[in-house]
Amino acid sequence: MFAQHLPVLPIILPLMAAPLCILLGRSHLAWLLATLVSALSFVISVDVLLTTLEQGVLSYAIGGWQPPWGIEIRIDTASAMILSAVTGISTLVLVYAKESIAKEVDPSQHTLFYTAHLLCLTGLSGILSTGDAFNLFVFLEISSLATYTLVSLGSDKRCLTAAFRYLVMGTIGATFILIGVGMLYMKTGTLNMIDLADRIAEFNGNRTLKTGLAFILVGVSIKLALFPLHMWLPPAYTHAPSAVSAFLASTATKVAVYVMVRFIFTIYGAEFVFHTMSMDILLLALAIVAIFKCSFMATVQSNVKTVLAYSSVAQIGYMILGISLVSSVGLMAGLLHIFNHALMKGALFMAVGAVLLRTGSVDIKAFQGLGKQMPLTMAAFTIAGLSIIGVPLTAGFVSKWYLVTAALEQQQWVIAMLVLLGSLLAIIYIGRILEAAYFKEPSELTAGKDIKEAPMLMLVPMWVLVIANIYFGIDTSLTLSAADTAAQLLTQSMTEIEAAQ
Amino acid sequence: MSFIVDHYNYWIVVLLMMMGFYVVIAANNLVKKIVGLNIFQTSVFMMYISIGKVNGGSAPIAAEGITTYSNPLPHVLILTAIVVGVATTAVGLALVVRIKRAYGTVEENEFEDKEDLI
Repeated sequence: MFAQHLPVLPIILPLMAAPLCILLGRSHLAWLLATLVSALSFVISVDVLLTTLEQGVLSYAIGGWQPPWGIEIRIDTASAMILSAVTGISTLVLVYAKESIAKEVDPSQHTLFYTAHLLCLTGLSGILSTGDAFNLFVFLEISSLATYTLVSLGSDKRCLTAAFRYLVMGTIGATFILIGVGMLYMKTGTLNMIDLADRIAEFNGNRTLKTGLAFILVGVSIKLALFPLHMWLPPAYTHAPSAVSAFLASTATKVAVYVMVRFIFTIYGAEFVFHTMSMDILLLALAIVAIFKCSFMATVQSNVKTVLAYSSVAQIGYMILGISLVSSVGLMAGLLHIFNHALMKGALFMAVGAVLLRTGSVDIKAFQGLGKQMPLTMAAFTIAGLSIIGVPLTAGFVSKWYLVTAALEQQQWVIAMLVLLGSLLAIIYIGRILEAAYFKEPSELTAGKDIKEAPMLMLVPMWVLVIANIYFGIDTSLTLSAADTAAQLLTQSMTEIEAAQ
Repeated sequence: MSFIVDHYNYWIVVLLMMMGFYVVIAANNLVKKIVGLNIFQTSVFMMYISIGKVNGGSAPIAAEGITTYSNPLPHVLILTAIVVGVATTAVGLALVVRIKRAYGTVEENEFEDKEDLI
C-alpha cells in the first residue's frame, strides 16, 4: 500500500518540509529537519533505483489521474541513478552546511537557507521524476528560483549581481523551454513524454517541431551552462556560499544535462535530432571548445572557487561530448560522468569551503602551506582533484575511459586525443593549487595565523565523497550497470536505425 | 497580406518577444531589465492563449446548444507559467533592492566600474 507511493516521495517530502523550516524558526532545528528529510529522500531514491534495475520503469499517476491525461511520475534507470546522486549529495551538503553557513550566511537567514535548499531539492527531484514536459518546466523554475535565492545569500556583495545575472539568463532559458514545449503541444496536442514521442514520430520533419527543438536546446543549454552560454556560472559559483556552490556544481547543471538527454533521446528521438537536424556536429564542436576554453580559463584564475567553476563548465563539455557521439557507449559515458562529477566537484567545493572557514579567503595564496596545517582537508582536495584529472583508481578515470572508448569505437582518434589533452589542462589547474598547498611557505594572508583542521561536521561529508570517489573508481559494477541499462533504454530507437542502415 | 492579417496574434507575439528580449540585453537599468523580461514572458503567454483557439469554438463552459469549445488546457498551463513569471519578477526585484542597498545604484555601468566582475 505504502510502497506504491514511493516514487513521488522524493518530491513531496522536501516540499512539505520547506515551509516547516521557517516555522521552526531556529537554525539547528531547521538543519536537523532538512537533513533528515533529505536523507529519507536519499534512502527512497536508492530503493527506487534498485527497483528500476529489477523491474524497469516505475510509473505513478499523481492524484489517480491516468496518463496521458494526468501528470505522470515516470522513473527509469537514468532518472533513478541521477536522483540518488542528487539526494545523496544534498544530504551530505546539508550535514556540511551547518558549520559552513554559520560563518558565511547571516544568522537571521539560516532557516531561509534550509528552506531554499529544500525547495531546490524539490525542483531537482521533480525534474528527474516527471514524465510530463510542461511539469518539467514548472519544476525547473522551482529549482531555479530557489537557486537564485541561495546564490544571493553569500557574504560578499558581488553575490547579488551574480544572482541577478543568473536570474536574467536562467529566466530567458526557461522561457525558451516554455516556447519549445508550447510548439510541441501546438502540433501534437499532448504533453506526456511517451505520448509526445509516439506522435512526433508521425510528424517527422515538421517545421513547428524543428523550431520547438531549437528553442528547447538553446533554453536547456543556458540552464546547463554549455559554452558559450555559460557566462552566468563562474560568478554565481564564486560568490555563492561554499555549501551552495558544492550543491549546485554537483547537481543543478547535471540535472539540466539530464533534461537535454530526456528531450533528445526520449521525446524527439535520436534520429530526428542527430540525423534530420544534425545537432551532433554542433554539440560536439561546442563541447570541445568548452573543454579547452574553460579548462584554460581555469588555469589562469587566482580565486580557487572560480577555478572550480570554470572546471565545471569544462566537465559539462565532457558530458555533452558523450551525448554528441551518438552511441550507446557515448551516452553511457555521459551519464556516468554526471554521477561521478557530482562526487568529485562536491568534495572539491567542500574542501574549499573548509579552507574559507579557517583562513577567511579562497585566493590561491591562502592555500599556501595548508598541506601541513589542514592535512585532512588538503588530502581530500588532492584525491578529488586527481579524480577530476582522471587518474586510475578514481571515479573520474572510469567515465573518461568510457568516453575515450566511445570515441575510439567510431574511429574518432582526434576526439579521443582531445579528451586526453583536456585532462592535461586539468593537471595544470589542479596542480597549481596542490603546489601552493604542499610546496610553498604560507603567504602573507595566513602567515602567523594559527590555522586548525576543519571541524568534524565538515570533514565527514567531505571524506564520504572522497571515499565514494575511490570506491566507484575501483568497484564499478553498480554505476556501470545502472548507466548501461539507462543508456540502452534511451538509445533503443537509435539501435533500430543503425540496424536499418 | 492575408498571411499577416490572419495570424496577427502570432505577429504580436513575435514583436513583443523581440522587444522584451532587446530590452533585457540593451537596458542599463536593472529594473528596466526586469520589465523587459516581463514583456518577453508575456509574449509567450499570448502564444499559449492563441494555441487554445478553436475555429468557431465558444468559451469552454458546458452549455446547451454548443458543440464546439475552445481548448481550455493551454490557458490552464499558462496560468501556471504566469505564477512562475510573477515569482521570478518578485525575486528579481528583491535582488534589485538589495543591489541598490549594497552598491547605491541600479545602473549596470555604474557598479561595473567599481569592481572587477569576472
